[in-house]
Amino acid sequence: MNNAKIDQIIDQHDGEASSLIQVLLQIQSENNWLPKEALERVSQRLDVPLTRVQHIATFYKAFSLVPKGRHGVHICMGTACHVRGAARVLDAVQDQIGIHPGETDLDLNFSLETVNCLGCCALGPVVEIDGKTHGKMTPGQSADVLKQYE
Amino acid sequence: MPLINSPAELDTFREDILSQRDPNKPCITLCSGSACHATGSHDVAARLAEELEKQGLAKEVDIRRTGCHGFCERGPIIVIHPDEICYFQIQPDDVPEIITETIKGKKVIERLVYDDPATNEKIVQESKIPFYKHQQRLVFGSNSSVDPKSIDDYLAIGGYNALAKALDRMTDEEVLEEIKKSNLRGRGGGGFPAGRKWEGSRNDPEPVKYVIVNADEGDPGAYMDRSLLEGNPHAILEGLTLGAYAIGAHEGYIYVRQEYPLAVENVHTAIRLAEEYGFLGKNILGSGFDFEVKVHKGAGAFVCGESTALMTALEGRVGEPRPKYIRSNIKGLWEKPSVLNNVETWANVPMIINKGADWFTEHGTETSKGTKIFSLVGKITNTGLVEVPMGTPLKDIIFKIGGGIPGGRKFKAVQTGGPSGGCIPEDQLDLPVGFDELTKAGSMMGSGGMIVMDEDTCMVDVARYFIEFLTDESCGKCVPCREGLRQMLKILTNITQGKGKEGDIELLEALSETAMEAALCALGKSAPNPFLSTLRYFREEYEAHINEKRCPALSCKELINYYIDPTKCKACRMCFRKCPANAIDSAKNKVHIIDQEKCTKCGTCFEVCPPKFGAVTKISGQPVPPPVPEEERTIRKSKDK
Ligand SMILES: Cc1cc2nc3c(=O)[nH]c(=O)nc-3n(C[C@H](O)[C@H](O)[C@H](O)COP(=O)(O)O)c2cc1C
Ligand code: SF4
Ligand code: SF4
Ligand code: FES
Ligand code: FES
Repeated sequence: MNNAKIDQIIDQHDGEASSLIQVLLQIQSENNWLPKEALERVSQRLDVPLTRVQHIATFYKAFSLVPKGRHGVHICMGTACHVRGAARVLDAVQDQIGIHPGETDLDLNFSLETVNCLGCCALGPVVEIDGKTHGKMTPGQSADVLKQYE
Repeated sequence: MPLINSPAELDTFREDILSQRDPNKPCITLCSGSACHATGSHDVAARLAEELEKQGLAKEVDIRRTGCHGFCERGPIIVIHPDEICYFQIQPDDVPEIITETIKGKKVIERLVYDDPATNEKIVQESKIPFYKHQQRLVFGSNSSVDPKSIDDYLAIGGYNALAKALDRMTDEEVLEEIKKSNLRGRGGGGFPAGRKWEGSRNDPEPVKYVIVNADEGDPGAYMDRSLLEGNPHAILEGLTLGAYAIGAHEGYIYVRQEYPLAVENVHTAIRLAEEYGFLGKNILGSGFDFEVKVHKGAGAFVCGESTALMTALEGRVGEPRPKYIRSNIKGLWEKPSVLNNVETWANVPMIINKGADWFTEHGTETSKGTKIFSLVGKITNTGLVEVPMGTPLKDIIFKIGGGIPGGRKFKAVQTGGPSGGCIPEDQLDLPVGFDELTKAGSMMGSGGMIVMDEDTCMVDVARYFIEFLTDESCGKCVPCREGLRQMLKILTNITQGKGKEGDIELLEALSETAMEAALCALGKSAPNPFLSTLRYFREEYEAHINEKRCPALSCKELINYYIDPTKCKACRMCFRKCPANAIDSAKNKVHIIDQEKCTKCGTCFEVCPPKFGAVTKISGQPVPPPVPEEERTIRKSKDK
């Protein structure tokens, strides 16, 4: 992501220091992760110390400081999904793609993430892949669903 | 675009909208809430438009895409007005038939209507279905009749009438008095009286004040705030504007989690339209009152739902709570008086101003007025959002509205109040819901999550689950929370894995006491609640795990084994085909055997073994019987017997 693009995002938020989180969210959503250079540029332009930018980028779950895979797999671990067996679905997915939550595989194909409640509790356990919701998951089915994304 | 300059102009404009709407014209409302969206409501919508066009009815029939209707279990849902015919689990291919049969032919399609599992009766109208019949949807009801992207829809149901009334005929003080008199208590957790909070801000001499909507909704398993904001955003904006008027604020914020993209989108649209119509911005409805609203997306941190952390996050900083020596309604956002209320709390406000505090207080109990929306989820037949008057017994919510436990299982407990709440066992199901009643039972109202658990749910694991969630979400600022919860998690995990020791329970109790005493914010202070309440009502489960290495609910993976009962196995090979671990020794006409070394305990065999055989069982606290000797494995067909 080049500086011109970052500047444009910052300008949309009037370049105010209080918009730091909103600026980072937008960079994250357009670039999929936050490269070091982007953090530096934001720090400069908003006049916020780099340490604070980094603190924010590590504190909030929405941010990633490493590149993400092409497919984002989000497994709901909310209470409703939990009591309907989400943990077993997570186990099966981990086995299948060989990574733990918070990790991305070496081919940058999948990033695995756990989330808390996607608001579709009636369909629990729920797995969301690239924004598409897959409901009533079982360990066996989750393997079939993942195959569609390889 | 109409700019509405006075309450009188609003009345005319509203009459205009209504006069253009023929109540007898067929209108199909289609739920486009998150759950229905996931089950294909978008495709149904496209098909509806296409078919109406094809059958030449595009002008004769309206389609309205609404927010969540509450009965998410049965989505996608459509309701055909004016006859209120309700169809569930609609697929795009059902659409042509709906149009020819129901719209043109006025005939009900049996297969798509609600089939009451209790009585096998077909129920056509929404209001007659038990799930809806026993509710009182004062706040949530409008969700199913407005398109959240259309401000005219909101105006058609009387929207912004409360604002016009307040600005025209009530002083700011009278608005405050009405809210105080209504005894409206915060729906976001603690149940603090909204009027008292507002009054504190209002009376502070500082001229710059703020009002804030807490739409962070971090509580796992609760989604009523999401559905309200997605489905009826103007109601929240109207409530917020009334609050701003009452306390003298000119700026407001909506803090909404970024995991709710549709809520973010709809609320942005609503703000833009409200500004165009003159319900937000300068000189609202010609009254001279100015008020603007900004949206701030949360970046994913449960602790940011806490009021002081949320305000810090709004300032663009790391959202850590601060001690509340000074309340944030006096010194909040940028050190200014700030009123923060939950989405549902704000949504109650227009109704109270419209109908009056006396009307409002007719609903509910002595100390909890009005209704509450619960998110009824987990092991329950009718999953969804339900709104009932405060004081409704838990039993009615779970059995009358929720339809009880599916699969013939037994009810075990209901967890309320999220990670700060607790579990309520069967013998307390007569308890009426209310802030104080739930607290007395060792749980909490919280945001209104109601997670139903059946006999297959392990209560020790539930406690572990919540502590794990909170350990993860602790901001790390204070030791009792950061370190204390981590220790509790370690001990609870050990217990569920069969590594529990004598003295663990006492140690957990001591750690709980410290966290409750010494943690900085309510996250840490209330964290031990799920543990303490499960211990209070289900102590024997803890003891079975620790002393007998047995999980009575047959749920804790490390303490169970899957086993095929040789007398029941019919060698259908289902389990063998589906086992992802190749752990099943299979041969034609031979009793199947699970290789315990290879088994990963995923439970697939248990799920796929046909119920009429039911050969796979779970066992806990006892050794797995040795495999059947090879010579006895052959299954004789009944005819050779
Ligand atoms: C850790 C923590 C998380 C919270 N999360 C939320 C939340 O997601 N939504 C909410 O409305 N209140 C939440 N609260 C409660 C708020 O701090 C605050 O009491 C509430 O928003 C006030 O609004 P009300 O009076 O209308 O309930 C949380 C509290 C704590 C301690
Ligand atoms: S529990 Fe899972 S791994 Fe074990 S035998 Fe059954 S299907 Fe295979
Ligand atoms: S699925 Fe059940 S009946 Fe069929 S082979 Fe497996 S254990 Fe036997
Ligand atoms: S708990 Fe998983 S969607 Fe709500
Ligand atoms: S999302 Fe359609 S009923 Fe809830």
